[in-house]
Amino acid sequence: MTSISEDSDKEKVRSVSVDLNNDASLVIDIPDALCERDKVKFTVHTKTTLSSFQKPEFSVPRQHEEFIWLHDTIVETEEYAGLIIPPAPPKPDFEGPREKMHKLGEGESSMTKEEYAKMKQELEAEYLAVFKKTVQVHEVFLQRLSSHPIFRKDRNFQIFLEYDQDLSVRRKNAKEMFGGFFKNMVKSADEVLISGVKEVDEFFEQEKTFLLDYSSKIKDASAKAEKMTRSHKNVADDYNHISGALNSTAADNNTAFKKTISVCVLQKLEDRVASDQELKLTELLRYYTRDIQAAKDLLYRRARALADNENSNKALDKARLKGKDIAQAEENQKQCLQKFDKLSESGKKELTSFKARRVVAFRKNLIEMTELEIKHAKVRRLKQKCQKSNLKKIDPGPQNQS
Amino acid sequence: SNDAENTAAHHRNTLQFNTYSHRKQLFSVCVTLSEATEEVSLDSPERQPILSDGPSPVITPVTPVMISSRADVFDRSPDQDEDEEENRDTFDIQISVSDPEKVGDGMNAYMVYKVLTKTSLSIFSRDEVCVKRRFSDFLGLHSKLASKYMHMGYIVPPAPEKSIVGMTKVKVGKEDLSSVEFVEKRRSALERYLLRTVKHPALLKDPDVLQFLESSELPRAVSTQALSGAGILRMVNKAADAVNKMTIKMNESDAWFEEKQQQFENLDVQLRKLHASVESLVCHRKELSVNTASFAKSAAMLGNSEDHTALSRALSQLAEVEEKIDQLHQDQACADFYLISELLGDYVRLITAVKGVFDQRMKTWAKCQDAQVMLQRKREAEAKLQHANKPDKLQQAKDEIREWEGKVQQGERDFEQISKNIRREVGRFEKDRVKDFRVVIIKYLESLVHTQQQMIKYWEAFLPEAKAIA
Repeated sequence: MTSISEDSDKEKVRSVSVDLNNDASLVIDIPDALCERDKVKFTVHTKTTLSSFQKPEFSVPRQHEEFIWLHDTIVETEEYAGLIIPPAPPKPDFEGPREKMHKLGEGESSMTKEEYAKMKQELEAEYLAVFKKTVQVHEVFLQRLSSHPIFRKDRNFQIFLEYDQDLSVRRKNAKEMFGGFFKNMVKSADEVLISGVKEVDEFFEQEKTFLLDYSSKIKDASAKAEKMTRSHKNVADDYNHISGALNSTAADNNTAFKKTISVCVLQKLEDRVASDQELKLTELLRYYTRDIQAAKDLLYRRARALADNENSNKALDKARLKGKDIAQAEENQKQCLQKFDKLSESGKKELTSFKARRVVAFRKNLIEMTELEIKHAKVRRLKQKCQKSNLKKIDPGPQNQS
Repeated sequence: SNDAENTAAHHRNTLQFNTYSHRKQLFSVCVTLSEATEEVSLDSPERQPILSDGPSPVITPVTPVMISSRADVFDRSPDQDEDEEENRDTFDIQISVSDPEKVGDGMNAYMVYKVLTKTSLSIFSRDEVCVKRRFSDFLGLHSKLASKYMHMGYIVPPAPEKSIVGMTKVKVGKEDLSSVEFVEKRRSALERYLLRTVKHPALLKDPDVLQFLESSELPRAVSTQALSGAGILRMVNKAADAVNKMTIKMNESDAWFEEKQQQFENLDVQLRKLHASVESLVCHRKELSVNTASFAKSAAMLGNSEDHTALSRALSQLAEVEEKIDQLHQDQACADFYLISELLGDYVRLITAVKGVFDQRMKTWAKCQDAQVMLQRKREAEAKLQHANKPDKLQQAKDEIREWEGKVQQGERDFEQISKNIRREVGRFEKDRVKDFRVVIIKYLESLVHTQQQMIKYWEAFLPEAKAIA
């Protein structure tokens, strides 16, 4: 069972999105989380001055599935069609650390005590990193909702925050999962729809072009960044093995050799970089890949509405021609137009603020990442310089060691 | 195609540039200093024929022998200065192996290397000699030295390993990066081999070594080929040795030898493990470089796609930084390899040579024992003949006893000599080992520090770009 409850870490952890939790009337965070086997239990903590809530401060335990339920209900709410729906947090993925733990267990007999201890330490650090990441990503999801003027009033959101019993979220049955798959298929067909539909509005035309291109680029950059950080981890692991091997070489050799070798403490040089860089760069890219997808979904819904609008116009013309069901067609057309206009208006607002948010988030993360890189490089350089001067000071020692 | 050639040429140049600085460093790595009071005595040639082609002049014993390297003028590390001050008499010798050239075509092709020796030692006929040698020449040299000196307990530096795969690629004419790297790796290994060989005070004076370094024509060493008659003989001998090792049960009277042997066994295991880890590091670092380059391209594309101007520029800058870092990773991988990995590989092979020398001592002991047994038998035979009336046979028996007494004495002398030599050799080896590793690790740390400096420089240049996003 692992838990984090470091308040000081929160600032660092909340790295991806900015401008959240500025409004004191509804402040949400996840101060604590427990991990039992495969299940992570998040403690969702709310502080509010709004009268719609029963108490000014309260906490509830929530699991990942309940977050997904919340996301899905919001997506399915017709009213929110013109809004960018904050992307659902990805499932907690402990596969990496678990695999390592497995390897550790298997290789225990062939390792020295120091190696084992060090690997165990590494494993714990990795585990903690995954843990922190998943807490962060779930927290940001809630904070996106709470800082949005419309979402924060959502009834289901309120229930999620407040209801202290188990939400009894049904696991999706086969039909629903299949439905989801079908929905995704339709979605990608709609990419064609989005690009195919004739756009009258300059703003949306530009956004469409931009988002379609940017979406594929950021997905690619995110994947490449992840590969890069994985390589970094491999190099860090190698350094750990080497330092372990160096220590055992030093253990029973002539003293001069021992002194020479044990000065060389190369581990820990690379792994900090790997995990900090990961948090800043790759998480940023991963998050915005999902967010861009949410923006595209908005465009899709609007394109749908536009298509409906055009269809309703055609239907009205046809009805007028035929002289039948005119009133119904008129009503339909009016509604379609209303829906489309509403979507366009709120969509414009959302996309504009999305761009601003994205730019700010990139700036913050790039700055923080760069500052960390510089800091760590300086630390490493200092360490290496010290080692070098220590090594130079060492007298190679007397000749024959017997 | 032109593209491949250009890329290969570019890589070769880059590689050479990268390893040039490492080569300079290696100069000072491999040729280190021995202490002033070391005595070198060579066994007189009467005992066993020195198996070598060509004339062998008499070698006179020499006292204090020191070898220092005059490293490149502008790359003089402060270490060399300190060490040289300690020693009064200094000899200079500098050897470089360079300019690999392919000779011939197809499967009969081979690489020829330029071996340049610069020295002020008087045993050399000139200050500066340049000869062309191929890989089998080096193997031939080693084979001669091993047969001359190993049985006396001298640690003869092993030659670089053969590589059928590597050479085939070169022969076939593949101009790709891996065959360029292979040739560079081999060139570097040959250089280190020669430097280690001349560092040994006895080997430096050896006529075969001198001939190798100086004479423009060298008889082709065919016996180094794996499938030649000599090659097969070597394999058979190796097998026989292995069997003998198992059957010789030596009464070790000297704890020093037992301790040392155990120590070298342990060191062998540890160095192999270390070597494997470093090879893994080199591999992963290369991977990291590839992935960083790939990410750089992707970030550049993202920057192009970004419609916010300042962010777009920042992303493009980020891509450039990552590209530069990729180059850093490549250079670091080179350092990882040429400094650490190859050094470890060399020492794994050296330790095998050391262990071989201990085995030789065991063989010498066994021979001595056998002679004693023989002597005993001859004495018994003589005693029996005392009572028979065969004056001729008795005389013969007495002669044989004298002969075997001589052999026993010789055997004991041999054993004492080899034991003494080994003690001295091991002492020298231990000191050199410490110095080698120390120097290399210092160089390696320097490369790491350099990498960090560059990283700091790149990221500090990027930071204002990131802050400029508005």
